[in-house]
Amino acid sequence: MELLVASAVGLLTAAGIYLILRRRTFPVILGTSLLSYAVNVFLFATGRLITNAPPILNKYADVPYTDPLPQALVLTAIVISFGMTAVVVMVALGAYLSAKSDRINMDETASADGEDA
Amino acid sequence: MNHLLIAPIVLPALVAPFIIMTLRYHIDLQRIFSVASTVLLVAIALVLAVQAADGTVQIYELGDWQAPFGIVLVLDRLSAMMVLLTTLLALAVNLYAVGSKWDERGHNFHALYQFQLMGILGAFLTGDAFNLFVFFEVLLIASYGLMIHGGGTRRFQAGVQYVVYNLLGSTLFLFALGTIYAVTGTLNMADLAVQVAALPAEDSALIRVGAVMLLLVFAIKASLLPLHFWLPASYAHAPAPVAALFAIMTKVGAYAILRMYTLVFGPDVAVVEGLVGDWLLPAALLTVAVGAIGVLGSKEIGRLMSFGAITSVGTLLTAIALFTPEAAAAALYYSVHSTLAAAALFLIADMVRERQGGAIAAHPVMAQSGLISVLFFVAAIATAGMPPLSGFLGKLLILDAARDDPHAVWVWGVILVSSLITIMGFARAGTLIFWKSHGLDTSDTLAEPEIEVTGADQDAAPVPARPAALPFVATFALLAGLVALTVFAGPMTRYTAATAQDLFAPGAYIDTVLANRDRPVTESDHESAGYGTAAHGDGSGHGADDATTTEESH
Repeated sequence: MELLVASAVGLLTAAGIYLILRRRTFPVILGTSLLSYAVNVFLFATGRLITNAPPILNKYADVPYTDPLPQALVLTAIVISFGMTAVVVMVALGAYLSAKSDRINMDETASADGEDA
Repeated sequence: MNHLLIAPIVLPALVAPFIIMTLRYHIDLQRIFSVASTVLLVAIALVLAVQAADGTVQIYELGDWQAPFGIVLVLDRLSAMMVLLTTLLALAVNLYAVGSKWDERGHNFHALYQFQLMGILGAFLTGDAFNLFVFFEVLLIASYGLMIHGGGTRRFQAGVQYVVYNLLGSTLFLFALGTIYAVTGTLNMADLAVQVAALPAEDSALIRVGAVMLLLVFAIKASLLPLHFWLPASYAHAPAPVAALFAIMTKVGAYAILRMYTLVFGPDVAVVEGLVGDWLLPAALLTVAVGAIGVLGSKEIGRLMSFGAITSVGTLLTAIALFTPEAAAAALYYSVHSTLAAAALFLIADMVRERQGGAIAAHPVMAQSGLISVLFFVAAIATAGMPPLSGFLGKLLILDAARDDPHAVWVWGVILVSSLITIMGFARAGTLIFWKSHGLDTSDTLAEPEIEVTGADQDAAPVPARPAALPFVATFALLAGLVALTVFAGPMTRYTAATAQDLFAPGAYIDTVLANRDRPVTESDHESAGYGTAAHGDGSGHGADDATTTEESH
C-alpha cells in the first residue's frame, strides 16, 4: 500500500515535471494536471494510510479511525485545480489562436531576458 | 467577536458577483459600485487599523469553531497595516482604471478587481496556513483574468507564462502544506508555532523540507531571484492598472515570508535553524543586483518598471532576511514605500505608453509631456532612494539595521551600488523619453504644434481631446502618499518598530489565537480533532466556492 502510493506520487510528479519543461503549451498543461494529481494523492497520504476505517471518532468503542482533514484538503485542492486547469486551457487557447503558435516562450523581439519561464 | 474583521473579505465577495450578475452591461454602474466598494474598504481598513494600533490582537473564528481546529482570521498590527495599504492602493488604481477607460477594454474588469481584492485582503488577514493557500488561489485566479484583460497576442502569451508559473507555485504550496501537516498535525499558524517549537530534533528532516518548500512558494510570489522569471513579462504586458495593483502581490509573498518565518519557523526555533536567513539573504541581494541591471538595460518602459519592482522587492527581502526586529521594522516601512512607488511608476509608464508607445527612445513631444515628466521624476527619485523622499529613508533604515550583521559589507555594498545603477537607469530612460524628444522636434515634420512649444511652456502643446483628469489625480494621490510617508516618517517608524517587536515576540499572537483551545466543548480527550476538521473542511470548501465563482466570472 505504502509502496504503491509513494511510487504513484513519484511517477506522477516525475512525468509532470518532464512535461512542464516542454516548450509547447499542450504538454505543459498536461504536466500541470499530472502534478496536481500527484499532489492530491500526496495530500491524501499525509493523514497516514489507514484502510477500512471511518473518518469519524467513536466515543463508545475503541475502533480505528482515519484522519478526515486531509480528505477535506484534497477536496478543496481538487476543486481549485479543476478551475485552474480550465483557466489555463482558455488562456492558452487564446494565445494559440491569436499568435498562431503554441510555443510557450514569446517570440524573439520581446525575449530580451528572463522570459523563457 | 468583532464582525468588522471579516468585512474586508465579505464585502468584495458580495460586490463582485453582484456586478457580474446584474450590472453586466452597465459600465457606469459597475464603476460606481466598484469604486464605492473600494472606498468602503478603505474606511473599514482605517477602523481596523485604529483598533489594532495599540497592539491588541483580535481573532475572528469562522463558524465559531475554536482556534486550532476551525479557521481563524487574525488582526494584528502587521495585518492591519497591510490591509490599509492594499485598500488605499486599490482605490487609487481603481480611479486610474476608470479615468483611463482601461476597464472598458474587456469584460468584467471591476468584478475581477473586487475578487482580486478579496484574495489579497484575505491572505493578509488569515491565521490558517491552508486558508492562506485558498486566498492565494482566489487572488491568483482573479489576477489571471485581469492579466489578460483587454486581450492582444502579447498579453495572452505573457498570460500563459504567468498562469503556468503560478500553477506550479500552487502545486508546490500544497506539497509544502501536506508535508507540514504530516509532521505537526495542524495547519493553524499559531498552533503550528507551538507544535514546531516542541518538535524533537530527530524529527527535523521532514519539517525542514516543508519549510524550504514553503519558502520557495513565497519566493515565487515575491519574485526572489532564481524564481523571478515570471515577473518582467507579466508586469510589462499586463494592463497598467493591473500591473499597479500587482505591486502589492509581491508584497503578499514578502508578508507571508515575514509572517511564517517569524511566527512558525522563527529564527530561534531549533529544528529549522540556519535554514532561512542563510539562503534568503544572498538570494535577496542577487535580486537587488539583477533588478538594477535590468533597470539599466531595459528597452521598454514597462520592463523598466518591472525591474524597478524587482529591485525594490529584493531590497525588502534583504531587510527581512536579516531577521532582527530593527531590520523588520525597516522592511515594513520600505514595503509601504515601495508598493506606492511601484504602482505610481506603472501608472506613469502607462501614460507614456498611451501617448507615444513603450520604447525607451526619443519620440516627438507627447501631450502633457511636462506634467508626466515631473511625475516620472518624482517617482524615479523615490524608487531609486534619492534623499528627499521616503525611498531614501527606507533604504537608510535598512542599511542602519544591517550595520551589526556579519554580512553588513555585502548588504551595504549591493544596496548602495545597485541604487546608483538604478538612478542611472531611470536617468537614462527619463532623458531619452522626455528630453531627447525636444531635440527631435526641430527636425520633425509636425510644424504646427512646434510653434507653440517654444520656450519652457511644454504644457501648451495642443491635445486632440482634453485628456481625463482622473488618471493624473490617481497618480498624484500615490505620490502624495509617498510624500506623506516621508513627512510622517516619525510616527510611521514607531508603528513599524512596534509591529516588528510583536513579530519577534509572538506570544500575544499565539495566546490570543489559542485562548479558547481549552474551552470545554466535549468530554472526549485531546483526540477531538474530528470536531475541528469538520469546521476545517467547511471553511475551506467555502473558500473553494469563492474560487470557482471567480473562475466563472472569468
